[in-house]
Amino acid sequence: MYSTNYHRASSVADAVKLLKKADDGKFVSGGMTLIPAMKTRLAAPSDLVDLRHVPELKGVKISGKTVTIGAATTHAEVAANAKLASVCPAICNLAAHIGDPHVRHMGTIGGSIANNDPAADYPAALLALGATIFTNKREIAADKFFTGLFETALKDDEVITAVAFTAPAKCGYAKFPNPASRYAMTGVFVAKAKDGVRVAVTGAGEDGVFRSKEIEAALSKKFDASALEGVSVSAGTLMSDIHANAEYRANLVVVMAKRAVASANG
Amino acid sequence: MGIEGIGARVARKEDKRFITGSGRYVDDMVVPGMKHAAFVRSPHAHADIKKIDVKAAQAMPGVIAVLTGKEIKADGIGNLICGWMIHSKDGTPMKMGAWSPMAVDRVRYVGDAVAIVVAETKGQARDAAEAVEVTYKEKKSVADAVEALKKGAPQLHPEADGNLIYDWEIGDSAATDAAIAKAAHVTKMHIVNNRLVPNAMEPRAALGHYDKGEDHYTCWTTSQNPHVARLVMSAFYNVAPENKLRVIAPDVGGGFGSKIFIYPEEIVCLWASKRAGVPVKWVADRTESFLTDAHGRDHVSEVQLAFDADNRMTALKVDTVANFGAYMSLFSSSVPTYLYATLLSGQYAIPAIHANVRAVYTNTAPVDAYRGAGRPEATYLLERVVETAARELGVSPAELRRKNFIREFPYQTPVIMAYDAGDYETSLEAAMKEADYAGFEKRREKAKKAGKLRGIGMSCYIEACGIAPSAAVGSLGAGVGLWESAEVRVNAVGTIEVLTGSHSHGQGHETTFSQLVADRFGVPIDSVSIVHGDTDKVQMGMGTYGSRSGAVGMSAVVKALDKVEAKAKKIAAHLMEADEGDIVIENGELKVAGTDKSVPWFQLALAAYTAHNLPGGMEPGLKEGAFYDPTNFTFPAGCYICEVEVDPDTGETEIVQFVAADDFGNIINPMIVEGQVHGGIAQGIGQALLEGAHYDPASGQLLTASYMDYTMPRADDLPSFKVSTSNTPCPGNPLGIKGCGEAGAIGSPPAVINAITNAIGNNDLAMPATAQKVWSALKAATKH
Amino acid sequence: MSQVEMVVNGRKVSGTVEDRTLLVHYLREHLGMTGTHVGCDTSQCGACVVHMDGKAVKSCSILAAQASGSDIVTIEGLANGADLHPVQAAFREHHGLQCGFCTPGMIMAATDMIARHPEGLDEKTVRAELEGNICRCTGYHNIVKAILAASKAMGKAGKGKTKKAA
Repeated sequence: MYSTNYHRASSVADAVKLLKKADDGKFVSGGMTLIPAMKTRLAAPSDLVDLRHVPELKGVKISGKTVTIGAATTHAEVAANAKLASVCPAICNLAAHIGDPHVRHMGTIGGSIANNDPAADYPAALLALGATIFTNKREIAADKFFTGLFETALKDDEVITAVAFTAPAKCGYAKFPNPASRYAMTGVFVAKAKDGVRVAVTGAGEDGVFRSKEIEAALSKKFDASALEGVSVSAGTLMSDIHANAEYRANLVVVMAKRAVASANG
Repeated sequence: MGIEGIGARVARKEDKRFITGSGRYVDDMVVPGMKHAAFVRSPHAHADIKKIDVKAAQAMPGVIAVLTGKEIKADGIGNLICGWMIHSKDGTPMKMGAWSPMAVDRVRYVGDAVAIVVAETKGQARDAAEAVEVTYKEKKSVADAVEALKKGAPQLHPEADGNLIYDWEIGDSAATDAAIAKAAHVTKMHIVNNRLVPNAMEPRAALGHYDKGEDHYTCWTTSQNPHVARLVMSAFYNVAPENKLRVIAPDVGGGFGSKIFIYPEEIVCLWASKRAGVPVKWVADRTESFLTDAHGRDHVSEVQLAFDADNRMTALKVDTVANFGAYMSLFSSSVPTYLYATLLSGQYAIPAIHANVRAVYTNTAPVDAYRGAGRPEATYLLERVVETAARELGVSPAELRRKNFIREFPYQTPVIMAYDAGDYETSLEAAMKEADYAGFEKRREKAKKAGKLRGIGMSCYIEACGIAPSAAVGSLGAGVGLWESAEVRVNAVGTIEVLTGSHSHGQGHETTFSQLVADRFGVPIDSVSIVHGDTDKVQMGMGTYGSRSGAVGMSAVVKALDKVEAKAKKIAAHLMEADEGDIVIENGELKVAGTDKSVPWFQLALAAYTAHNLPGGMEPGLKEGAFYDPTNFTFPAGCYICEVEVDPDTGETEIVQFVAADDFGNIINPMIVEGQVHGGIAQGIGQALLEGAHYDPASGQLLTASYMDYTMPRADDLPSFKVSTSNTPCPGNPLGIKGCGEAGAIGSPPAVINAITNAIGNNDLAMPATAQKVWSALKAATKH
Repeated sequence: MSQVEMVVNGRKVSGTVEDRTLLVHYLREHLGMTGTHVGCDTSQCGACVVHMDGKAVKSCSILAAQASGSDIVTIEGLANGADLHPVQAAFREHHGLQCGFCTPGMIMAATDMIARHPEGLDEKTVRAELEGNICRCTGYHNIVKAILAASKAMGKAGKGKTKKAA
């Protein structure tokens, strides 16, 4: 790891102030991606502004079908939130399978989506749920938030404070993990809400998380795994790497979509 | 056997420190004034070094020294060597290219060491390592061994024309060809044995300390064989004469072969300690381990197995290309020759065998022994072709094997090995019974209803353990003798120290070696200490690899115990005025048989040291040493059966049952033996399903250089294993034991692949059988 | 440089460290507690697992400065004097370790796992929960056995008690 300067923020305003003073600062939440990246010298922020101790960023609020998750809420906290599980079990299930137990104790939803790893789980959920990302400056729709590989609509000094979504009638997530990293090699989140079916795919796209029109169309007709028999998705914009080629990922998209729907229908 | 003697399931003595965080690994060592090292490594697979500018690095904070290959060469430190001479079939010796501990004018693989930085902290050393400016002129590289043999391939070493290290053969070529020509059936296969990275959980580390006052060096290192390290560093690398060099391998966090070899970093740290005037510690990070630890396997083979009309094997013909990486590591040359081709007869009576092996340089990390070393490659090749032959011939795989089993011992194979004893039928039957082989079809039907493809596969392996005797390996080219030494010191109060040249890095020697003593003298194992891993304490030893600590290391202890027992009985007879032949040792006492006369063990020991009343002419003390050189290899064998379910939608394989039936001869501690088998099976399943080192063919970059891309077997990838043993004693050593450390890794890969190919109905499947590969193979099978 | 303060195994410690110092290096190099190990660079092997404020975390992926103010328990702090923690005892009894390098992290992960599953554990859960800990020696067979046995033993011993293990 290169040298860096650590600062602990006490509030969002404090965090922004600390970051502005830095040459090339970065916010750190759980640090489960950033610290390893710094260790291998792939990231070299001059300063780290720690958000883990900012009280206003923590906690899950549920009011009716509206779910608000504070940005510094850990995956373990999301996974174990019984109230959340009663309105949207899929999000708890997703959180329970991010990384490993130790990573889930530190990693946060805000950190995960700000990093927007193309194989992370949360981006698929937020995109399919049509979530809203709240920052210290504005609200951003998930559709506009995830802009590419490790790219988001966030400005440098913008802090995610929370994400919010309306729990849909039905939703489910299924992933096929990369055998080595255990990130999603392909993960599919399906949601059936009042305004229709949304399906988001992570781990497979060349440009990161995306919505699958083919699968949305099929599931809009019938929200059931059987609706996906014979459906195929194009391998054209899917990723090929040493673990899986685009053709195989295209297959996984359909298979995981079937499993996600089955899980949504419980 | 007693509760702590031979055959007892004794909990391990060494565990106490490991479960409380009190183990002492190299990275835990601190020496006053110690500084930290980082290596500058080549980012290129193949390049000429045009210039190295260390000025900027030297000026960095905390930097004490920046040293390069030119300087180490100028100080007369020698090149790394391969210690086993192999001659090509034309009689010429193998072509060994120069391997400088730090590259001088050419780098040959990504990770090749170029310079060392010594600084106050590890962070500072790494910062400065990045500031060393190396000007490279890149050259074309080649990572694949078959490609490297082709005309026009990039050439690595001037000594090895066409990158060919040797072109070696074994067996009778003409007889084999003749048998194949008149065979009723020939099964032909193309078999690739995937390259693996050993991945001991403790990364390699070295701490070099030069003591100016004494003109003496100490090296703490992650080694399986500290004495060999001292010998090689002294005799070949000119670091220091043996009496001026102490090598200590303290607790070592796993080896699996990768810590046998003497690596550049140990040499450089020792040398740098003198040059920089400070103790120098280097600890690899995981990516450095991936890049520079010796890798394993990496064979490409063509095989033909011939049968007569009665399905009896008549000939086996093998042509193998073995990837050696950029340099010849310490024992690399022996792996695809004497540890591989000599085992190609397997458990079968095959009258004619011929194997040809070409060893090849490529721009990849050096390849050497990894758990099983050659024997897994032989077993995988043979057991896949046997299982495939059974499918082609339309006979049961078990019956085909049974029909061809060797049943009379000793048995001379056509490929040097003379099997001393074995009972293959017993293992096969035990495994089939445990696996409920007969009930498989029912389970397959049930799985089918649940949408899964179920398959079963078998593997009957044999291996050669002990890696000995010295005269035999010497005649085959080994540069060292492969005996083992032991010393048994009985202290004046009766406690006992056993000094051994074997080294434990997980095998539990502190327990099992103590059991030998407890068994012999009836003393508690807590009164026995096992001393190992330090060249200042133990005079000489060959270390631990090739499943040799039991068969060879323990046999040396037995020989020393024999001598101690003989002397103790003489003293006891003298003290009790009895005949020496009437003395028996029971429950910690020396007794005169048939009387009530006895001397407790501790009193006998005291008598030996007070020396007030010893038999006439006897020297005081009770301490004996022994060297043991076996008469043959030992030949563990067994049968493994794997049952899988494949998800046809994703190609994902689940191992639903894994049965291992091994014949290890006599067993000292069944709990530890089972643990060895479990670990070996996990590594074998890892090879079959998950693991594979992957170099980019164009750039020579290692694409699987961390756990993000190299799939380590995790708990949820594996089932619990059903293991059992049979016990045909080995006639070649006093304990009748065979060795069990590698069996799991040797026997399991073909069982797994045979199961998957059985499930999907396609024999064309390569390791690691990732979900994508299985899915593709399944698709290909359903198209036909 | 950062001033850090924390409680490690019940003892208050403080010191000045480079900001880039990882918690694991603070423990090993500053406090001389070398039981916690480093086996990878990518936060996967779990040899470095300690408990921070009662939860298992990877000390190789947390800066010492981030951990300042927290309560840390390492493998050295698990036993009660000469009395082994039930998980430690079970690892020995069931031969759940060979080379010992992954063992501290395994044991810290196991105590955390057992604490999070007061209802008890089954083999499948244990295997899934071990996703963040890699062992190269044992094939996990005996680790799983040890954790199941410890969970059972602690379930019995813990009946009626509220005290959390470690």
